[in-house]
Amino acid sequence: MNIQINGKVESFVAETLTVSALLVAQKVDMPEMVSVEVNGDVLDRDAFGTTVVKEGDTVEFLYFMGGGRA
Amino acid sequence: MLNDEQIERYSRHILLQDVGGAGQQKIVNAKVLIIGAGGLGAPAALYLAAAGVGTLGIIDGDRVDLSNLQRQVIHFTPDVGRPKVQSAKEKINQLNPDVNVVTYEDVVHAGNILDIIKDYDFILDGTDNFSAKFLINDACVMAGKPYSHGGILRFDGQSMTVIPGETACYRCVFHSPPPKNAVPTCSQAGVLGAIAGMLGTIQATEVLKYIVGFGDLLTNRMLIFNAKTMAFRNAKFNRNPKCGVCGENPTVTSLIDYEQPVCELKKN
Ligand SMILES: [Zn+2]
Repeated sequence: MNIQINGKVESFVAETLTVSALLVAQKVDMPEMVSVEVNGDVLDRDAFGTTVVKEGDTVEFLYFMGGGRA
Repeated sequence: MLNDEQIERYSRHILLQDVGGAGQQKIVNAKVLIIGAGGLGAPAALYLAAAGVGTLGIIDGDRVDLSNLQRQVIHFTPDVGRPKVQSAKEKINQLNPDVNVVTYEDVVHAGNILDIIKDYDFILDGTDNFSAKFLINDACVMAGKPYSHGGILRFDGQSMTVIPGETACYRCVFHSPPPKNAVPTCSQAGVLGAIAGMLGTIQATEVLKYIVGFGDLLTNRMLIFNAKTMAFRNAKFNRNPKCGVCGENPTVTSLIDYEQPVCELKKN
């Protein structure tokens, strides 16, 4: 399947993947620092394991960023 | 009405069809609160002062440290050791004596924030920690105050604008502060100074767009950029019906002072 992750099209052999598996596949090493949205909807953190992405989906990984004085 | 000196000072704004004399008058009448006179607040304060924002509130409890000067461009070397709000007020008034600067040498907390933000039209979040970011979001949502979120880390920056009750808030996207052990420690963090300028001026631009009323605000989307690739993009999202503060069944009904991770290195 092809899905768009953070604006880039990525190809996977699998036809579907859970968001948890996708985080592993994308080598996101600190999933606690990421908020995930699929097709514009922000996921509950406890739904990463049950939410499945498929061909054509748009996925965004949004990271916590502090700033200013950090 | 703008006087002759103001017409000259703000002529490059007035020439813009989207601003004009009427838009500049709105800027002159506006009251904007900047929370944090640091990396983001410093450039934002300078540009908003230059733009002629009538009242600029600045809240920060810190004193200027030598390590701040790499990015906090409103503070100069002789200011080291002085309260940031004092240093900021001085520069703002040298740049534009017409700006009424209101200073609060303090930090925002659940007990004072609603009382401080109530006097302002727009709030700019220039803070560096997640407890403050969630507090500002929740307070602005509860008080119906539009605000600009900004975050920077290393070579990345992000910003979104929140119009409470209408557009997604910070908590719609990030449900609660990250676990303390996951937040990068001071030594891992770091930031390229110029990125603070890039993001702070994006936030200042959002303030002016909101006040004058032109363009499309950074609502229901996060502007994200990486300075290494100089790639800018928008992550779009919807309001989250399950949001703890602006959703259908809010669980955050009073303000929370989250515990802040303690930094091992010298603070700021
Ligand atoms: Zn929300």
